[in-house]
Amino acid sequence: MSALLQAEGLSKSFGGVEAVRGVSFELDAGRILAMIGPNGAGKSTCFNMLNGQITPDAGRVRLGGIDITGLGPAAVWRLGVGRTFQITATFASMKVRENVQVALLSFRRRAFSFRGFAGAACRGEADRLLALTGLADQADRPCGELAYGDLKRLELAVALANNPRLLLMDEPTAGMAARERAALMRLAAAVAREKNVAVLFTEHDMDVVFEHADAVMVLDRGERIAFGTPQEVRRDPRVRAVYLGEGFLYDARHREEKPA
Amino acid sequence: MDIILAQASFVFIQALGGLASAASLFLVASGLSIIFGVTRITNFAHGAFYMLGAYVAFTLTDRFGGAFGFWGSLLLAALIVAALGALMEMALLRRIYHVPELFQLLATFGVTLMVQDLVVMAWGPDDLMGPRAPGFRGAVEILGHRVPSYDFLLMALGPAVLGLLWLLFHRTRWGVLVRAATQDRDMVAALGVNQKWLFTSVFALGIFLAALGGALQIPRTTVTHGMDLSILVEAFVVVVIGGLGSVTGAFLAAVLVSELNAFGILLLPKISLVLVFLVMAVVLVLRPWGLLGKPFTAARQAAGISVRPWQPFSPAERALAAGAILAASALPFLVGDYGLTVGSEICIFVLFAASLHFIMTVGGLDSFGHAAYFGLGAYGAAFLTVLAGLPMEAALIAGPLLALAGAALFGWFSVRLSGVYFAMLTLAFAQITWSIAFQWVEVTGGDNGMLGVWPADWAAGARGFYWLSLGVAVAGVAALRALVFSPFGYALRAARDSALRAEAIGLDRARLQWLAFIVAGTFAGLAGALQAFLKGSVFPDFLGIPVSVDGLVMVLLGGVETVSGAVAGAVVYKALAIWLMSRTDLSRLVLGSAIVAIVLLFPRGIVGFVEDARDRYLPALLRGRGRSSGRETAP
Repeated sequence: MSALLQAEGLSKSFGGVEAVRGVSFELDAGRILAMIGPNGAGKSTCFNMLNGQITPDAGRVRLGGIDITGLGPAAVWRLGVGRTFQITATFASMKVRENVQVALLSFRRRAFSFRGFAGAACRGEADRLLALTGLADQADRPCGELAYGDLKRLELAVALANNPRLLLMDEPTAGMAARERAALMRLAAAVAREKNVAVLFTEHDMDVVFEHADAVMVLDRGERIAFGTPQEVRRDPRVRAVYLGEGFLYDARHREEKPA
Repeated sequence: MDIILAQASFVFIQALGGLASAASLFLVASGLSIIFGVTRITNFAHGAFYMLGAYVAFTLTDRFGGAFGFWGSLLLAALIVAALGALMEMALLRRIYHVPELFQLLATFGVTLMVQDLVVMAWGPDDLMGPRAPGFRGAVEILGHRVPSYDFLLMALGPAVLGLLWLLFHRTRWGVLVRAATQDRDMVAALGVNQKWLFTSVFALGIFLAALGGALQIPRTTVTHGMDLSILVEAFVVVVIGGLGSVTGAFLAAVLVSELNAFGILLLPKISLVLVFLVMAVVLVLRPWGLLGKPFTAARQAAGISVRPWQPFSPAERALAAGAILAASALPFLVGDYGLTVGSEICIFVLFAASLHFIMTVGGLDSFGHAAYFGLGAYGAAFLTVLAGLPMEAALIAGPLLALAGAALFGWFSVRLSGVYFAMLTLAFAQITWSIAFQWVEVTGGDNGMLGVWPADWAAGARGFYWLSLGVAVAGVAALRALVFSPFGYALRAARDSALRAEAIGLDRARLQWLAFIVAGTFAGLAGALQAFLKGSVFPDFLGIPVSVDGLVMVLLGGVETVSGAVAGAVVYKALAIWLMSRTDLSRLVLGSAIVAIVLLFPRGIVGFVEDARDRYLPALLRGRGRSSGRETAP
């Protein structure tokens, strides 16, 4: 059986900058893969190529064996890919519940329906998703006044609205307090395992990464430099070099020579 | 051979004339472009300042003779008007930079109206003939044609000003700041640049260029009080073709537009009026950011994004609306025929404004050419009654289909753009429709319009027609309101709130907006069909820019962040306009002042203001606890 998500030799450059160079990986259903790397490593570009927001210059993306390279985000979503954004993107003029209801209406192909009151549509399902993400008591609040951490949860609830096979989470916990981060990722991981959803997420918090990821992929300057279990990656000398520096340029000796 | 030579020389002379006209147009357009680039203000008053420049220059040149007096007067006039512009920026615009973008357009529109009356008060209603320029009185003979020597001066002036502006923007610190702010003004503000003075100085420079453009016209043409709107539309076209914020683009486009004007009348007289707009439409479809423009980063939130979520009426509000409708239907027992005719027209414009409101607030698309669909509906109804002999009922139903078809065609192109470019493309399409109605005399009667569009017998009286208009308006507004809360309305609003998120949940933004455009156009067409029967005739004016602007003003007055603010905006604006027109000779001055006052007092529109007050005070009154409305108050 082939993997749910297969990326082969993905490449993308912007002007002269090669943001992503020949990145390949596979992800099975029900598995959680963390994509880590320093700022500018190409993580977000990779994400945007996977859900169709950016068309890769080269390479293929397959979902469940079907080639989805070059499809737009809307089409990719229809095939069962949910996504959260690094900077939250929600509908500010709606209530929290209505944000989820719109996603549900779109999933049921009712976005072009002129009849009925959307605020009453799919209410039970929306409330179930909100309860799942811990937003049940906020359902009637205006989305625009939510705290940032709650917006991140709302993004997750919206991303789950199409019963995704694959969940892409770009820095799902950025901007949240430490305890909230752990809770949100635990929630996402529990959902993923329960419903056999594959999860790909980027994250800067290593505690979150090593607690939940089944596998870790490390990018640096657009290239995949390591892939393996969290333990393997932790021991990888190239990963250590990228994250801690190789000590070629500066070390403790320089402190003495040039006072700041 | 001789004929070809004569023709070649004629073409050459026409081209020279076009180049000379380009100079003033370039000055005005570059000012508009610079102001928009930095402050994101669509300065509707730009034409008014151009006109003021011409009038002030006329007075000054009249007083100070001689070569020095003449040229000094032109410069002084531009400086005086630039000071007035800076004053307007400081006194008016500075207070409303934080409100939705289009409100600044509304405020500058109010100023335009005021200036129109003020000019008539100060300089009288007659056209004025300025003096010839000293040293450039004669003409030069070229290839057997006489070309005014002043034209040569203008031809040289355009590139000279372009060069000076280039030096200003590339060689001075101030210019670098202006270019930086054009690209990302939030970043410039974050770097500690005093935005207030940067905005004011940019505004003053833009107005100076406009006023100089006006002043330079006085040796060529008469000074009239209609010159503000004609130049304004052309300047917008130039700015959009050249690319917003690009001075060089404005120069190229000014030459292009002037040459099109010079040759269009000769080569394609049938479509001369529409040629420029056709070119603009083609440019926008092929290069959505103009010839030399760059896509703007969205610096501010789109108009209409509010913290207060939209909700259907509560039972109390429903009762209130029902009461209002009941009261409106009792009007025939209170007022006479004239009052009812006014009432019918108000109903018609309520429906028109509500349809524009739908595309603007729910769709997030600011249409500057909504009159096109109003007029198409009116012409549709007129064709059916006058040419096909159908009764009113059939024409009211089938007439708007012409608007639907027009909206489907123009909307398909327009929704591919956004922001000001969308606005300008819709304006271009409206102007194209207008020129077809104006120039296709065999079918539309041209300027004479189509007469004899009479209603059915039961609606021929003022009462009957009023009830008809009221019924159609109520049904139309109710239908639009229901659409706002339908799944389609939510999906449309989702695409407006966050295009990124909407795509990521499978919503097709372009298709949603196209459909919304068609819906809005059809309802506008219904209003137009009613208007045709109210007036008994249809004229190209129905499609004109003033109708589109009226619609915009009504929507903005009502409040863009509301569900049905357009209803209140239309009633207030139309009633005020009609009442003022009958009461005073200075209706534009009063109306303009009223608009400016309303913008300053109710920057969220009338209904937005009422909702603010309700959310702030009502919960505290009813439940005894102060529920915060969750919005910041204006500083």
